[in-house]
Order: sequence, then C-alpha cells, then structure tokens
Amino acid sequence: MIGVIDYRAGNAPSVSYALAHLDLEHRLVAGPAELRTADRLVLPGVGAAKATLDSLFEADLVDALHERVLSDRVPFLGICIGLQILFEHSEEGDVDGLGWIPGVVRRFPDSVRVPQIGWNTVEPTRAHPVTDGLVAPAHCYFVNSYHCDPADPDDVLAVTDYGSPFCSVAGRANIVATQFHAEKSGPLGLGLLERFAGWEPRC
Amino acid sequence: MLTKRLIACFDVIAGRVTKAQQFQDNIDVAPAEELAARLYADQIDEIVFYDITASAERRKIDLETVRRVAGHVFVPFTVGGGIRSLDDMFEVLKAGAEKISVDSMAVRDPTIIRAGAEAFGRQCIVLSTQVKQVGRRAGIPSGYEVFIDGARQATGLDALEWVRRGESLGAGEVVVNSIDRDGAASGYDLDVTRAVADAVNIPVIASGGAGTVDDIAAGLTDGGAQAAIISSILYSPRLANLGVAELKAGLAARGVETRPFLDETGAEAGGAR
Repeated sequence: MIGVIDYRAGNAPSVSYALAHLDLEHRLVAGPAELRTADRLVLPGVGAAKATLDSLFEADLVDALHERVLSDRVPFLGICIGLQILFEHSEEGDVDGLGWIPGVVRRFPDSVRVPQIGWNTVEPTRAHPVTDGLVAPAHCYFVNSYHCDPADPDDVLAVTDYGSPFCSVAGRANIVATQFHAEKSGPLGLGLLERFAGWEPRC
Repeated sequence: MLTKRLIACFDVIAGRVTKAQQFQDNIDVAPAEELAARLYADQIDEIVFYDITASAERRKIDLETVRRVAGHVFVPFTVGGGIRSLDDMFEVLKAGAEKISVDSMAVRDPTIIRAGAEAFGRQCIVLSTQVKQVGRRAGIPSGYEVFIDGARQATGLDALEWVRRGESLGAGEVVVNSIDRDGAASGYDLDVTRAVADAVNIPVIASGGAGTVDDIAAGLTDGGAQAAIISSILYSPRLANLGVAELKAGLAARGVETRPFLDETGAEAGGAR
C-alpha cells in the first residue's frame, strides 16, 4: 500500500486522484502510526519549504519518516516541495531540510520569470527504473521558484533547462524525487507514478 | 525549454460550464466533469475553473464540482470564485486543485494574496484581473482600470499598479482578462497584455477574446504572455470550434511551441522513441 502523506500545506488529494485513476492501492496518511503501515511513501507538495516542514513537525511525522525511509528503506517519492525539503538547506525562508540528500536548494535567478510555471523538458542523465518512461524530449509540468543543487552528481537523475540547467529529478538508494508534478504531467507523469509503485530499490 | 501553455477556462454555474459574452448572457455548454474528462483526453495543458457566481452571491465555492472535475484532470487545475480566507484556499486545495485564483476578493482584501503565498507558496496564488480600457486619466495612468464582481464594479485601480502590487504581495501568476474582448472572438487585448508582461516578472496569462489560432499565437508572442486562456474556440456554441490537437498544430506552424501531442503509444510527436 502506498501512503500519500497528507499535511496541511500539501496537495495529497491530487496525488490520490492520480493513483486512484491508475488503480494503485493507496491511502492518505496524516499521522505517524498510519505512516508506519505504508510499504511505500509519497510526499507531495505545493507549499513553501518552511510551511511544509512546520506542518510535518506539527503532525509528528518527521521521526516516522526518518525511520521508514532511512532505516526500513521503504521506496520513497518526493514531489516538488517534497523534493526540496530532502536537502540540507533551502534558500526559501533560509531553513534546514531533512538532509537526506546532500546539497542545497536555490532560487532561480531574476534573469528568468519566477516562478517557472509550465511544461518543460526533462532529460534523464542516467538509467533509473522510476524515470525510464521519460524519453527526451519529455515534457513535464513544473511550478517552482527554487530548484535543488545536489552536492553529489550521482544523485542527479534528470536535468531541465530554465535559463540554465538544473536537477529536475534527484535520487539515491530508495529515495527518488521529482521537481515537476508527476501527478499533473499527463500520461508521462502517470507513467512515472506507476513505475514508482512497482519499483524495488536494490539497497 | 519551457513551452507556452493552452489553458481551457470553465465558467461554471451549478456544476455546468457556460459561455458568456462580456461577462453576461451565459449559455450552457456541458457538465463540468464531462468537459474536463474530454479535454484531458484531448491533451489540454491546463484547466482553470471559475465558480463565477460565488463571489457576487457571497457564498462558498462549489467544492463538490471541484472534486468531481479534479478526479479526471491529471494536468494543472486552478480554481477560483468566492475565495475569501485561508480556510477557503485550504478547502479548494484539499478538493484537488493545486492553484488558487483570486480576483474580486483580492481587490477587497489584498492581504489574502500575501497570506495565501505564505501558507501555500507563491506559485499557488494566481491573481486574476478583469481590466477595461477607460482612457488615461488621473489615477488610471495606463488607461486600463480594474473591475470586479463579474465586470460590474469599477474599482478606480490602475491595472498596471494593481498587478505590480499583486506580484509584490506574493502572486505567482497573473491573468489579464480583457472585459472588452470577453467572448468577442476578436483577439486578446495585446496592448494591455504586453504592458502587464513588461510590468511584472511572474508568468502572465492572456485571457478574453481568442477566436482563432492567429489570436492565440499573437497573445503568446506580441502579447508577451506565457499562457493563453481559451474557451470560445474550444466549445462556444456561437462559433466554429477547434480541438486541442488542431490548435497545437496551428501554433507550431506559427513557431509557437507548446507541450507536444502524445501519440497512442505515449510518445511525444517528434520524440526519439
């Protein structure tokens, strides 16, 4: 069962609608006990980094997340802000993230319109079971003012160009995260969710 | 490369999409849920849903219809109409939208823009504006004035000043809706769209008046918009309709790139599969 983490600043319902459309067994999880019953996890998001982290702490979800993802190694998918808070630090609100992936989250420069909103091309930089369906040029839907900058190039799974290239899919071990909204990227995004549901990370 | 977007606009009354001219004389088109499913299958880039009588009737948005539409739409979905508070925004997001459009309520209480951006991120807040050409005069240096409540109420606000203020308060996108062109199928008001695009650094969406592919292309090039709201051309009973695929092919022929059409195998047209 896929647990979709439901917190105040998130858009868990959008992800839930997408998983339902794909006939994938899932449940919204809003508390630590529920979260521990899921054998894979999706952390969606539309919010600001600080509001998202605050909501996760308020709902007492952070310890359970650490336990299930880092110790039990259940497959984990972060989406949008659910990607950004996995890093060590974010320029948005100058907050520390969960620190699961080394690196930082930076704002796009003022030379481009911010936020980036729309369909942009995602180019995988290495093979990964979850991103296999994204054959360049694969257009996915982005809504972001900030982007991640992984410290280790091996954690970059795909890149996208907005003024300059940025990491649009990051991952390591049992963790994968998309900056674009997979649940809102039409058939290509739904395909990624389906692949995630069948992914058995080797770690 | 970031592509331009085609956004289908639903003016919803009692769960059904309607089509107006200059914000009046709405005629019935189809149930919102049915039209949403059809347009998603046709590969529209985005859908915006306005509960157009909520604000004037001082009632809450029709969340049941929002939920039913959200269940069929796996592309971005913006919802507006009758949003008055953070709790209203929260309910709309929980119903399956990921962006919230604020319009008349934001004019009455601009702090709602900032509160929404702080709670949900600025990319979540779309500032929709109804603008009308009134001529340059004191207080309206651009010659375009902001109206509210279905274009019925003048505000005395200059359109360019208002969008700049909206951006600084935290809006993530701005819709420029020309009252003069609404439902007229005579093309977007390119002058005000371009003026807004030059005034702000957030994405700008042209709205009101697209009747042909040329109109849409003009809004996305000369108008400087990142996205085009269309409705009449897709489903107005008052004129000949075009499908999303035809519109996208027409835009491509005019050098305007949008998300490519996916074929039956799920590959992007022109992609290397």
